[in-house]
Amino acid sequence: MKIADQGAMLPLPESRKNASSKAWMPSGDGWLRVASLLAFVALWQVAAAWLASPALPAPAAVFGRVIDETRSLALPFHLAITLGRVAVSFVLAMAIGTLIGIAMGRWKRLDLLLDGWLVLGLNIPALVTIILCYVWFGLNDTAAIVAVAVNKIPTVIVTVREGARAVDRRLMQVAHAYRLPRGRTLTQVYLPQLYPYLMAAARTGLSLIWKIVLVVELLGRSNGIGFQLNLFFQFFDIAGILAYTLVFAGIVLIVEAAGLRPLERRLTRWRG
Amino acid sequence: MLEIAIGRKSFADRGGRPHVALAGLDLNAAPGEFVCIVGPSGCGKTTLLNVVGGLDGDVEGRVSLAGAPLGDGTGFMFQEPRLMPWLTVLENVTLVAGPSAAAQQRARELLVAMGLGEVMDAFPGHLSGGMQRRVALARAFVIEPKLLLMDEPFVSLDVPTADRLRAMLVELWQRCRCTVLFVTHDLHEALALADRVCFLSAAPGRVVLEVPVTLPRPRLPADPAVQALHAALLAQHPQLLAGLAQPAHDEFAIDDGGRR
Repeated sequence: MKIADQGAMLPLPESRKNASSKAWMPSGDGWLRVASLLAFVALWQVAAAWLASPALPAPAAVFGRVIDETRSLALPFHLAITLGRVAVSFVLAMAIGTLIGIAMGRWKRLDLLLDGWLVLGLNIPALVTIILCYVWFGLNDTAAIVAVAVNKIPTVIVTVREGARAVDRRLMQVAHAYRLPRGRTLTQVYLPQLYPYLMAAARTGLSLIWKIVLVVELLGRSNGIGFQLNLFFQFFDIAGILAYTLVFAGIVLIVEAAGLRPLERRLTRWRG
Repeated sequence: MLEIAIGRKSFADRGGRPHVALAGLDLNAAPGEFVCIVGPSGCGKTTLLNVVGGLDGDVEGRVSLAGAPLGDGTGFMFQEPRLMPWLTVLENVTLVAGPSAAAQQRARELLVAMGLGEVMDAFPGHLSGGMQRRVALARAFVIEPKLLLMDEPFVSLDVPTADRLRAMLVELWQRCRCTVLFVTHDLHEALALADRVCFLSAAPGRVVLEVPVTLPRPRLPADPAVQALHAALLAQHPQLLAGLAQPAHDEFAIDDGGRR
């Protein structure tokens, strides 16, 4: 009885797969992405209409608000400031984290020496470093950027250290045997082995920094998206909050699609 | 003249105890000479090449080429092709040749001459094993080496591919007249390639026998003359490939005891 059941069950997933793959054949992946986005807006519209509460404004109201805020130049101004902070702290965190990560992956002694600090750095709450940075360096942009970078550096170190440990000694021997100059060894032999790890660090890095920058702005800056969100919160301006969030999310998607993904494709084209 | 004098080369084995890989190894090679090094597995052949090539500096001994320590102009071919997978065939060759226009030109010409003109812009991962070795061979010769070190470079290839690569190697070597140290465990291969074959003992490795090979080139490992020499050598020294040469009443053997 059981065996017969299993026998009858087995071919089913195969036939189902065929049917579904045929049904979805005409639609490309791009169409699916658009459909999912439209479904999200529709769901939002339905929920807003059903609740009919100021706590969840309808999509139209939020989009209108985006246009108003853009016309008044308030949104571009605060967005530019936030993006600037994101960029500076991202570059700073990647550069410092990569250097320390490579060093720790390469020298075992240094790794042992710094590992405890690293665990501490990974687990210290973001809020603590933000508060301490503002207390120690004052309520200024330096403190804000240092706070964000300090939060991000440990995760970059951990990822890059993994890459530095996995470097293929046999390829390094080629560089050594042919007595390649240091610069060429670094850019053509060593760093390409780290690219997958650097890309992973950049990805998780950006998503973390987006989030922390807003908290930093909320706690101690008088401009930027985080500051604006706090303001809207005081006035219970949900449409404003959603409008800024929407634009910010759009920017994140663009950076991913136009920056990181093409870069990754370029760096890994030899795998194709 | 390439002069190698290694007093002692040891490294810690897995248990942490020192393992002596080479001891009292003396080996010279004339400019332009093709020397094959044959020995049982684990006798320190690879270690020897790494020491000569400067990959392993932790050694009691001395390696010099024309009286000076080795510098630029040493080519190295490993057991695996060891190409950079993220660089194209041409980029892999120019990586060691340098960025100058002359080096680029030389790399292109060499690749075309070696039948790799079609795949110059391909990535190594798309090439067959034999093609990858050919690229590695081009990389070794593009620097116009004075000394070429080869560590069983044609191992695990099918016979025709390996024969073609060996013919290519001999042709390139005859043109550039570099000194070659070629490590192998295959005596047929050694006899097909070398001007002189040096046999190493089991670890710690030292030279136990040197045999000049004067057969005319080109030769193949399967040639009757090579086979005959192979048979004659093993008849004289049945334990030769295990690293033992009985030096009594032996015209080939060198008196190793007095040289240390």
